[in-house]
Formats: sequence, C-alpha cells, structure tokens
Amino acid sequence: MSETLHPTPSPTAARIRTPLARARGLGSAKSGTEHFWLQRMTAVANAVLVIVVLLQMVRLAGADYVTAKAALQSPFMSLPLLLLVLSGMVHMRLGMQTIIEDYVHAEVSKLVLLMLNTFFVIAVGLACVYAVAKLSFGA
Amino acid sequence: MANAEIQRSKPRPLSPHLQVYSPLINMVMSIVHRITGGALYFGTLLLAWWLIAAATGPAYFDFVTGIMGSPLGLLVLFGYSWALLHHMMGGIRHLIWDTGRGFDLATVDMLSWGSLILSAGLTVLLWIVGLIMKGGA
Repeated sequence: MSETLHPTPSPTAARIRTPLARARGLGSAKSGTEHFWLQRMTAVANAVLVIVVLLQMVRLAGADYVTAKAALQSPFMSLPLLLLVLSGMVHMRLGMQTIIEDYVHAEVSKLVLLMLNTFFVIAVGLACVYAVAKLSFGA
Repeated sequence: MANAEIQRSKPRPLSPHLQVYSPLINMVMSIVHRITGGALYFGTLLLAWWLIAAATGPAYFDFVTGIMGSPLGLLVLFGYSWALLHHMMGGIRHLIWDTGRGFDLATVDMLSWGSLILSAGLTVLLWIVGLIMKGGA
C-alpha cells in the first residue's frame, strides 16, 4: 500500500543513500526548513529591536520636527530602526506568504499575490531605509 | 453517465468549520495572532509615512503628525501599538512551544491568557509613558 503511494527508486538505491543524501533530497517540498528558521530568527531579532526602538520612539510622542529629526539622526535610534526594518521585512514577507498560501487556492491569484507581497515588502522597506539614510547623511 | 452527473451535482458534505466550535482562548489567540500580523504588515505604511515625512521637511512633517495626532490617528496608533505588542507576546508563546514545552492544556490556556493580559497591560503602560512625555515636552 505505502509502496505504491510512495514509490522509491529501487530497494538498493534506498539502502545505499546516506543520511546526508536523504537530508539534501528534502522530500517532495524541495526545500528545507529555511522558512521556519528564518521566521523564528527574525522573530527573536524583532522582539529585541522593537523594545529598543519603542523605548526611544515613545519619547518622541508629540515631538516637533527638530526634536524628531535629531532623534532619528542619532545612530542609537537609526541603527536599531534600520535593523528592525530589515528583519521585519523578511518576517512580514514570510508571514504574509503563509496567509496567502493558506487562503488563496486559485493558482494565478496566488502567484500574483505572492508577487505583490514581495513588491510591497521591498517598497515599504526601502522607503524606510531611504528616509533614515536621507535624515542621517543628507542635508 | 447520467447517474454520475447527478451525483456530482449534489452538494458534497463539508466538515464542520469554525462556526460550530465554542471559542476557546487558545483558538481566539491563534486567530488574533494572524490578524495582528496582517495589521502590522499594512501598518508598516504608517512607519514609512512618518519617516518619509521627517525626511521631507518641517511643513510636511507637521501635516503628517497633525493627522496622526488627531483623535482618529491616535486611535489607529493605539491599535497599532497593541497589535505590535500582542503579536510579540504571541510570538514569544510560539517560541516557547517551538522548544516542545508548554503543550499541556493548563499551560496552553495560561500562555494564551498571559499574552492577552501582558499585551494589554504593556500597551496601556506605553501610552501612559507617552502621554507623560508629551505633557512634559
């Protein structure tokens, strides 16, 4: 029963495959645990960076232009913020990819949305990076 | 052939879905984790907008902070900050589960309630500090 559902190349080939070869084969998904691992790694990074950024951001509540600009020009603010944007981009793209794959089953719609997901993340992320870089280096 | 057509046109039985379950805290927090994740995704537009405004100049910055400081703007920012903190608490809960721990029902319920209570508490605390800062500035 399981032989017919999951045919292996041959008993001999199956027997001589090393654990490494099996791991590299990665099964029918053809990709390994990158999605899972990246989501967790960026989750940990986000948690730390959000705390660092929020603690500084809350001090800018109702701040005027000069104060906000000065705060954003400080590397203690801009560097954690840029790191958060980078880590957040990866995290949110993976998260939205999962949501799309869970709910959108029509092939064309799914591919279009997955593409838009990547476009959106890169556009928003680069907008943030551009703004912080202009504040830090520009006039 | 005709029989097959008739059989195929009959509505197929569907397995019970969300509406038949009474909401459990763990299930609600799982749904909320996804919703807050989606909200944060589009909420990054607010962060980008605010940063672009700061990089553009004083006039546009005042215009944007004026909108964000309006009652509706503050409500959106309040919701955004809660979504951020709740997604973070939910994420920490998931990281605990990733280690294989905390799967007994008592702990599952405790972690789910904990993420809700902590996120609500931290959001209120954040805004109290923010309002004090604003008053002091």
